[in-house]
Amino acid sequence: MLRILHNTSYDFIKWWRVAALTTVAFILIGFASFAVTGGVNYSIEFTGGTLMQLLFKQPPDVAVMRSTLDQAGIHGAEIQQFGSPREFTIRAQDRANVESQGRGAEGVARRIDSQLRERFGADAFTVVRSEAVGPKVGSELRRGAIIAMILSSLATLIYLALRFEWRFGLAAVLSSAHDVAVTIAFIKLMNLEVSLMVVAGILTLLGYSLNDTIIIFDRVREDLKKYRGEPFRTTLNRAINETLPRSVLTHATTLAATLALLLFAGEVIRPFAWVMAFGVVVATFSSIYVAGPLLLWIERKWPRKESAAVGAAQRAADRAGRDGRPRSPRSAAASTMPSSR
Amino acid sequence: MSNLKYRVALIGALILASVWALFPRTVIERTPRGGTFVYDTVKRVPLKLGLDLQGGMHLALEVDESKGAVANKSDALDNALRVVRNRIDEFGVSEPVVQKVGEDRIIVELPGVTDPERATALVQKSAFLQFQITDETQALDRVATRIDGIVRDRGLTARSAAASPTKTPTAGDKAVQSLFVGDSAAVAGDSAKRLATADSATPDTNTAALTGTRDGPFSRLLQPYQIPGQYLVAASDEPTMRLFLADSAVQAALPPGKVVRWGSDTVVAGGKSYRSLYVLDTRPIITGDYLVDAKPRSDPMEGTVVTFTLNNEGARRFKTETARHIQDNMAIVLDDRVMSAPVIQSSIGRDGQITMGRADVQAAQDLALVLRAGSLPVALKVAEVRQIGASLGQDSIDRGLVAGAIAIALVVLIMIGYYRLSGVLAVFALILYMLYTLAVLAGFDAVLTLPGIAGLVLTVGIAVDANVLIFERIREELDRGKTVRTAIDEGFRHALSAIVDTSVTTILTGAILYQYGTGPVRGFAVTLIAGILASMFTAIFVTRTFYLVWLSRTAAGRPLSI
Repeated sequence: MLRILHNTSYDFIKWWRVAALTTVAFILIGFASFAVTGGVNYSIEFTGGTLMQLLFKQPPDVAVMRSTLDQAGIHGAEIQQFGSPREFTIRAQDRANVESQGRGAEGVARRIDSQLRERFGADAFTVVRSEAVGPKVGSELRRGAIIAMILSSLATLIYLALRFEWRFGLAAVLSSAHDVAVTIAFIKLMNLEVSLMVVAGILTLLGYSLNDTIIIFDRVREDLKKYRGEPFRTTLNRAINETLPRSVLTHATTLAATLALLLFAGEVIRPFAWVMAFGVVVATFSSIYVAGPLLLWIERKWPRKESAAVGAAQRAADRAGRDGRPRSPRSAAASTMPSSR
Repeated sequence: MSNLKYRVALIGALILASVWALFPRTVIERTPRGGTFVYDTVKRVPLKLGLDLQGGMHLALEVDESKGAVANKSDALDNALRVVRNRIDEFGVSEPVVQKVGEDRIIVELPGVTDPERATALVQKSAFLQFQITDETQALDRVATRIDGIVRDRGLTARSAAASPTKTPTAGDKAVQSLFVGDSAAVAGDSAKRLATADSATPDTNTAALTGTRDGPFSRLLQPYQIPGQYLVAASDEPTMRLFLADSAVQAALPPGKVVRWGSDTVVAGGKSYRSLYVLDTRPIITGDYLVDAKPRSDPMEGTVVTFTLNNEGARRFKTETARHIQDNMAIVLDDRVMSAPVIQSSIGRDGQITMGRADVQAAQDLALVLRAGSLPVALKVAEVRQIGASLGQDSIDRGLVAGAIAIALVVLIMIGYYRLSGVLAVFALILYMLYTLAVLAGFDAVLTLPGIAGLVLTVGIAVDANVLIFERIREELDRGKTVRTAIDEGFRHALSAIVDTSVTTILTGAILYQYGTGPVRGFAVTLIAGILASMFTAIFVTRTFYLVWLSRTAAGRPLSI
């Protein structure tokens, strides 16, 4: 039987300060860069605008392309190489262009097409892909994405509240909020374009990370019954250790699939694949170091009625020394006696 | 044991159902053959590919209210939807989608369209056909001086118009052609009934005679031409004239009961090109509503024409009206542009034709098509358009398949490497998972998109999670010294709650994405949901059955390879 990380008893919770510091630093760096370089790159789905992907017969001069578009009155278009040197994307999503698309979304694309054909020759390129979104559709999709995010958080919250008790639910939801913050920081630092697909990626990542949290919490719930009277911190650590092989295996297979997408599935899907690859890391990290300590904190702040004694014991134990060595149930129970009401 | 038999039978039945759902079948669909589309039987796998995978065009249309508000938008859109659907049905696309979304939008999806401009024009063309008698009272001449005054007062100058782009005049030869051919016999009567063109005076004499007779800023631009109510405007003056005509005060000053319409062709005279401007009776003698059929025709004499047929009531009206207007000119106006204005020689009944000069046959085909389908009750504007080339779609499929194959290979390697025989069972379950997922997609007529493929690849990684959970539990139970059979039972029992919880949260996310996402993202949501359902079933039921089979075939006490 091949086994990794079997029967471990690492004290994960001990490192929560380091973990919290790391993740807060990462989020701060990400959000600080908002102040420096502006917001994230939204795709034309959200801003409205025109995106064209052109495949040229000969590698064209980008400066000529730019000046041609400028002369045609399409200012501020972003021209980017896309894969090969013959393939380019042109994005026009500045306000003037988007507003002109309110009268008919196809106008800007048609102008770009005709101007470039006039300059480079009628069959110098083929239009591989062309997307034009009017301002109204853009704002609708933006609203839809926000509603989807809120609804999906609410739905999970309600489900968790029904399945687990509220302490677990709250910890899981707070940890999900952390995941969103970290992912937004990641998207900003990687300069990924936020499209509807990336939003779908964030929601999938949330679900995936929540899965991890649920699996650990499920084990905590089970262990709480099994090892009554044990300090909560010990139970939590045990649950994390017990689910460790599963975590490693699942993350390995998911990472394998994600890397395959990232490396082989092409440019269009890449931002999504990046979000998911990051998601595997986030899920591992946040289910152990965010959801766990949060649950511990909540348990301490609002101890269970029937296990108020356990909470008290835990506080006593924590006062006694923060070495985090798992205590045996018996010693925990023993230390409960004096402090119980 | 009978329990086990039922389990195996159920899995087998599901495999059969899945294979059947995915088996290439004969369907009747529109396929291109020799340039046109015909209904034909095709054999194909019943998995629908999204526009992003097979290439095509997605259009979202809205009521255009830039030229005045539309009173009952929803009703107008319903009527527009019917017209657009009629047009698209006749347009050569294999499986078009035309549907109303919400209260104010029509979605048109055209798989495999190679000429997006043509498709857009076809959908947007109003195709509002009117027959209006040209003005014979020189109504415009009488108000020209007043309009001159208005133009001067309001400071509308030629210079302000110069900023707007000038329309490129069409090639000269075409204009000459339409001048001599286009206007002659533009409406073919019933059998012997014919229409002759007005006497053609050469443009030169006309213009020469008139130059200098007018000097107002408005009237200066107008030169009366052959037909009563027809004027020529130099192509270079067209933007200025459009600017004048767009002015509200000028519009108010136009003769009552008359409308001003541009002609569709360009007249070349003396090396200069001119556009026609017509003054017409506002009341049409008949509209395209009575039209029952329209066909394109190519004629060596007349160029490209579209002939049409009116229904009984239309024919009756047309006959009385034309009888009243013999020797008058009747303008055939399509979407507010005068196509031609022949003289009515005698009353006309059922059939007529629209001359298109040298326009290509395709344009005539499209015009006939939109006339047959009926006119749009409201103007539509494009709110969103996505067009994806077929090559990009194929490329996406290829790359998706490669990524999927690599993902599966890696997952298989990890699972078998780590769990040995149990890993092999998990891999079998994974294969069934893929089969079931695709079958569910085919069964529910779901559309496979590029994000959908990404979702599938991703769920391959996530699908084994349930198996991993179970296997780890079984290992723990074995560690506690339980027998293989008990360990398996306990393992499944304990893992169940976690599997259900994680699946439900993912399905909730998927459902919300489906509700709020657009086409491609919906495809992702659908594969995600189908994938999670299939993975739950394969992990909980199929893998368990595999174990039960294994248990029933090995001697008790033999260690489990896990």
